[in-house]
Amino acid sequence: MAIFDKFKKGLSKTRDFISNQINRVAAEFGSFDEDMLDELEMTLVAADCGLPAATEAIDSIREHIRLTGDASRGTVIRVLREKLLSMLDEKKLSVPAGELSIFLMVGVNGTGKTTTAAKLANRYKAEGRRVMMAAADTFRAAAIEQLKEWGERTDTPVISHETGSDPAAVVYDAIQSAKARKTELLIVDTAGRLHTKKNLMDELAKIKRVIQREAADAKVETLLVLDATTGQNAIVQARSYNEAIEVSGLVISKLDGNAKGGVAIAVSRETGLPLALAGLGEQVDDLQDFDKQLFVDALLPIE
Amino acid sequence: MAVLEGLTSRLTAITDKMRGKSRVSEKDIKEMMREIRLALLEADVHYGVVKELAEYINEKAKGSEVMKSLTPGQQIVKIVHESLLEVLGEEEKLAVSSSGFTVFMLYGLQGAGKTTTAAKLALHLRKKGKKPLLVSVDVHRPAAQEQLAVLAKSIDIPYYINPEEKSAAKIAKEGLERAKYLMCNTLIVDTAGRMTIDDEMMQELRDIDKVVQADDRLLIVDAMIGQEAVEIARQFEEQIGLDGFIMTKLDGDARGGAALSIRKMTGKPIKMVGTGEQLADLEPFYPDRLASRILGMGDVLSLIEKAEQTLDEEKAQQTLDRLRQNRFTMQDMLEQLEQIQNMGSIKDMLSMIPGLGSKAANLDVDENQLVSVRAIIQSMTMAERENPKLLNASRRKRIASGSGTSVQAVNQVVRQYNDSLKLMKQFGNMGGRRGKRKRQKFDPSSIQW
Repeated sequence: MAIFDKFKKGLSKTRDFISNQINRVAAEFGSFDEDMLDELEMTLVAADCGLPAATEAIDSIREHIRLTGDASRGTVIRVLREKLLSMLDEKKLSVPAGELSIFLMVGVNGTGKTTTAAKLANRYKAEGRRVMMAAADTFRAAAIEQLKEWGERTDTPVISHETGSDPAAVVYDAIQSAKARKTELLIVDTAGRLHTKKNLMDELAKIKRVIQREAADAKVETLLVLDATTGQNAIVQARSYNEAIEVSGLVISKLDGNAKGGVAIAVSRETGLPLALAGLGEQVDDLQDFDKQLFVDALLPIE
Repeated sequence: MAVLEGLTSRLTAITDKMRGKSRVSEKDIKEMMREIRLALLEADVHYGVVKELAEYINEKAKGSEVMKSLTPGQQIVKIVHESLLEVLGEEEKLAVSSSGFTVFMLYGLQGAGKTTTAAKLALHLRKKGKKPLLVSVDVHRPAAQEQLAVLAKSIDIPYYINPEEKSAAKIAKEGLERAKYLMCNTLIVDTAGRMTIDDEMMQELRDIDKVVQADDRLLIVDAMIGQEAVEIARQFEEQIGLDGFIMTKLDGDARGGAALSIRKMTGKPIKMVGTGEQLADLEPFYPDRLASRILGMGDVLSLIEKAEQTLDEEKAQQTLDRLRQNRFTMQDMLEQLEQIQNMGSIKDMLSMIPGLGSKAANLDVDENQLVSVRAIIQSMTMAERENPKLLNASRRKRIASGSGTSVQAVNQVVRQYNDSLKLMKQFGNMGGRRGKRKRQKFDPSSIQW
């Protein structure tokens, strides 16, 4: 399936939702009045874009209408699209051959870090890279078994210790092992932790220090996995994680499901962090580079 | 951090502007209503619910003497808070089947915390004198059944899993049989995470329910969930049946507005809340706490509980005893500091104090300062800690270089110590006269808005 189709399919719920709303409000006269703009604002809020982002977008439409006098459906959608695009930042990940890259997967509990790690392993193996995973979630019951199972399914070696051991030690071993085996991508799966738990965030900072010290030459990506069903708390999560360990890219998971995914806009707008990946399904190959054009196109009705 | 600004401070800012005006204009009220809507939306309350609530609050505010009071902002917040309480309703109990055998079925989206909650629920019910058996029918997520088995073993609760079996309904049936065989009176069924738009998975859930005939079908909802919560709850209710829900991960800082939306739109009660990663961290639901949380008004109760959990009571008592005997030393100060640090970041704690919630975010709290205070005290000898009067210029110089700080910083710590000594002597005397205070029951109406 082409990438665009996957995005569209993944976001079909959101697109239908926003399109229907826009079409519904525009149906009567074909152009937007003040009440309809208010309704459009609520439509964006209902997609978890957050009120500040929604207000900013609607204000720019309002301004455009004031300046040009053009309140037609087509214009409103075009201005909205441009505005949403300007709020999003994207980033393409790459894993060069012949050198070590490390992806550190972090996030609050239950966002899909382990599954995303497995999808990444699968993807870069398909690109011919030598991939390894480190089971640094030593806290949650059976988390190591879960990653090992994925390791078997994707034919990727997994470095692990016992449940309850020091995750930084797992990472240390994994790096040594990765160097010895000339691994090109080491994916570190960490335990889910709420950004408000200081001791757990400190533990993460320690893991990151170990990576920076033991693999100083490696290309390190710190990827924060956000659940697409999350509401406005995702902004606080991104901010806290970024303060603690400097996030380099965001992953929006479960974008195919019940979620409308507008939170991607809210988070990118508020934190300036770029979106790197989108999880668009449960299959191991359902992980895509985040493409903001496709994302916004999939959100809004196409003229 | 504007996002987490409390409603109280925002409304107060508006009403402050009104002060001196003889009449409150339509515009003022409109502005206040907008702030209320904003606060609720930021808490992820469903926009439809927000609209309804805003109208209700508007009516209530109009009918009352709000604007004539000296603190209209606080009066409005009180009305909002009361309205939320009305929606949230009373605490409600978990089901008990008259047959003597009660079945709980837990379902929800992926990653909501079903498995952990299942184990927590088992522990909770056993404390209540029930005999539960845990069964995981998750045939989808790798190692999901093992996860439940590990948790069950850790709390010594019987469980049933069958990772080889592909049919969830079949495992459910086997689990049911095992529970009856072991003479358990409660079965807790942990199901795979699923999306309501996935028809196959919804059918699987119906099949499981047909086998176990659950008495309490509980939706597990993540406190962080956004606007979609209502639709998800409705879908589960329509397709499976819903008796109540459990909100998880309330130990984070998500406002949990979804609880309000789901309660309002489905009429189903919140039965329990998950407040931590430990298996004992499952609590009854208190509407007043959640209402305050949704409004970002701080949560004194959580703060008190956090302090109670973290602070070592024995050590605290020792410190208190020493205070009474005027023997509070640098060593005590260090221990206190460490206990405070164990509670998490100072900012987090400040944000739990009502009225401070919003301001805490803007406060420039230097957490590093505590670290250097610790380093300074740790660089002192035991004798110096016991008797700070020993600290002459040369000792202070040594401590400064030992702790990597300056003599000025050391001087400041000594000054702080002397100040707190003075302050604490006063407290110590007070405490001595009053004797041990009983822990008071919380009365929400006693909070000064």
